[in-house]
Amino acid sequence: MKGNTVKKKALVAAISAIALAGLLAACSSNGGGGSASGGTSPKLTGCSNKYVYPNAPQVSVWGWYPNMKLVVDNFNKLHKDVQICWNNVGQGAAEYTKVQTGISAKKGLPDVVMLEADHLATYEIQGALVDLSKYGADKVKSNFSAGAWNDVSGANGTVYGAPIDGGPIALIYRTDVFKKYGITTPPTTWAEYAADAAKVKAAGGPLFGDFGGNVPALTMALQIQKGAVPFTYSSAKPTNIKIDLDDQNSVDVLNYWADLVKNKEVGTADQFTTDYISGVVGGKYATYVSAAWAPGYLTGAGVGKGASSGVWAVAPIPQWNSSDPVQTNWGGSAFSVTSQATDKKLAAEVALGIYADPASLKDGWTKQIIFPLNQSILKSAAFANNKSTFFSGQTANKDVYIPAENAYKGINYSPLTVYYYAQLQAESTKINQGKETGTQAAANLQANLTKYAKSQGFTVTQ
Amino acid sequence: MANADATLARKPVRNSSDQARERRKKTKSREQRRGRVGWAFIAPFAIVFLIFLIAPLAYAFYLSLFTKGLATGSVFSGLENYVTAFTDPVFLGGVWFVIHFALVLIPVQMIISLAVALVLDAVVTQFTRFARLMIFLPYAVPAVIGALMWGFLYSPTFGPLQQIFGAGAPFPLSPDNVFYGLLNVVTWQWAGYYMIIIYAALRGIDPTLYEAAKLDGANSWQVAFRIKVPLVASALVLILVFALIGTLQFFTEPQILTLVSNGSITPGFTPNIYAFNQAFQYSNFNYASALSFSLGIVVFIAVYIFLFLTRKRGSFLS
Repeated sequence: MKGNTVKKKALVAAISAIALAGLLAACSSNGGGGSASGGTSPKLTGCSNKYVYPNAPQVSVWGWYPNMKLVVDNFNKLHKDVQICWNNVGQGAAEYTKVQTGISAKKGLPDVVMLEADHLATYEIQGALVDLSKYGADKVKSNFSAGAWNDVSGANGTVYGAPIDGGPIALIYRTDVFKKYGITTPPTTWAEYAADAAKVKAAGGPLFGDFGGNVPALTMALQIQKGAVPFTYSSAKPTNIKIDLDDQNSVDVLNYWADLVKNKEVGTADQFTTDYISGVVGGKYATYVSAAWAPGYLTGAGVGKGASSGVWAVAPIPQWNSSDPVQTNWGGSAFSVTSQATDKKLAAEVALGIYADPASLKDGWTKQIIFPLNQSILKSAAFANNKSTFFSGQTANKDVYIPAENAYKGINYSPLTVYYYAQLQAESTKINQGKETGTQAAANLQANLTKYAKSQGFTVTQ
Repeated sequence: MANADATLARKPVRNSSDQARERRKKTKSREQRRGRVGWAFIAPFAIVFLIFLIAPLAYAFYLSLFTKGLATGSVFSGLENYVTAFTDPVFLGGVWFVIHFALVLIPVQMIISLAVALVLDAVVTQFTRFARLMIFLPYAVPAVIGALMWGFLYSPTFGPLQQIFGAGAPFPLSPDNVFYGLLNVVTWQWAGYYMIIIYAALRGIDPTLYEAAKLDGANSWQVAFRIKVPLVASALVLILVFALIGTLQFFTEPQILTLVSNGSITPGFTPNIYAFNQAFQYSNFNYASALSFSLGIVVFIAVYIFLFLTRKRGSFLS
């Protein structure tokens, strides 16, 4: 009798052990809402949206546009042959961490992923992205400007993303602060910007702007505006890279902001944090040098309501040389197909078709969440003449953003973006803490990036 | 694990044939069967232990022996990553920070938790139970939530410091203050937990010892320092080891506060944060594995030194 009980217990223990092991195996094989493998019509579950045609084959998508749910619903309504299963896994860096992990693990990526143009080369060199030129990208090419198309293209006609929006940079400013401190016209050159900053500071006014350490992409864009060419890279020769981070133009831009910081004329707060946004709402900053999508994100964070409503306006980005104006770009995204996609043709159909229908685009640009790159919108009278709510009825597109976009020539991004941004952030922080000049920061960046690129197997020229 | 499988594999045989069972009974002694039952009992633990601890450790060590560049494939590089790690100024800077942090944090925590435990042990009022609960409470708050809360308390816009000191309020996460800002968060979180451990040890002391001491003319201070502290010495050593290991692996609080630290908390702030960023930001999983193992070596050495020292000096406490 006793022996029997022991045996029974042993059996129960053994079975529960096996069951536990089985449970663990089940956990590890299901990567949580990622791309399903095998089967003719994979059933993707755990989406943030509902299917319109549940029997159609499904494609998983990651994206963070604030109006993404509407965009996905619009796509699903229009496509009987394919349905999107969408999730928002984080904005920018938060998503990239997951993308990189998925690439390294060789599983767990969605079929289609939203990426900023500056990150395409990083993932392309790891073989994680599918060349869309084989899947009909040429058919949509004519919808975009040469500069915009250049940002998503590799060498030899390869295309690694379908562009959605761009980020032409402009000077957003507060009319109430400008009026109070007697600035009648917004600064058109960086020299005027600095002079106005000094004027407001001398009059005991608020900070004129902000040099955020956590927006390295913006800092890089401002360096490029002055003529810096941080990286020269082509996917035709993927092991060669030219790094030039301490040229006079890069140094000048860093020193320019370092001086403003030193004089306490601009702030040093990280941007998009709660503290920063509350400062923006409360009138702590007179200007915000930022991209065309900024108003949408600021509105989402609560700017432009209550005390800060009706005080915003926008002007073209200040220039270094007013006789030779240069436009630059921060952010803007594309949809790419990952090499882990089960059905690449279907995934490409989604990447090329999502956020491309008029209803979605209109929702995006009227809320100023996106600055659309699709020429059918850019050239439309409705877009040009739109009176921006955020900018109190200003025709911001016609006055500022469309000319900026048309003059933008594209940026050569490198596969070192993630590491470079982390280093630029660290050096900007040191500038903000007064530990370093712009010249020292640039020299450190050049040394660090050269060392890193070599350790990653690149042949580096300077 | 293998034994668990064997037990199950036997099941159909046993059910199908009584003869087979008889034969096995003869060939296998009762001791062997008992051993197998024992294995079956520890199997649930053993499987989890193997899958979640031993296997990842082995895999991480395997990874750490390779080098993979963005532009190159994976190459076997032996211990090169370890050489790089121990000459990497960022990693060494992080190691120095956590050691420095441990040297300041542990005494502070120990003194606070010991003092509170002694007071709660000596003073018996209705308030004691409530106080004990309140002091323990921070430990019941998840570390992430705690760090987020402190992030708001430290905020230069919304924090209480702003309201007390006005515009010139110090920012506890500025580069010069971040050490103390974090010290405060960790002490707040853990002192209550250590207090409970010491308090439990204090309650375990035989009260007749106090009576004997009082008869010998000892005052309350002498009872506390000559009797209570020496008798809870083993609990103190336990706390020290916990605190030492925890501090050297410092991760959660600085990682959470990075976003609001305005750049004071760098990607290489502590060794664990550095390894995390190497792996998940820069896709250097190989180097990150080497960094984790290197940190493991540092922790092992530190704990060994500490245990060695306390073992030798253990006698003076009793």
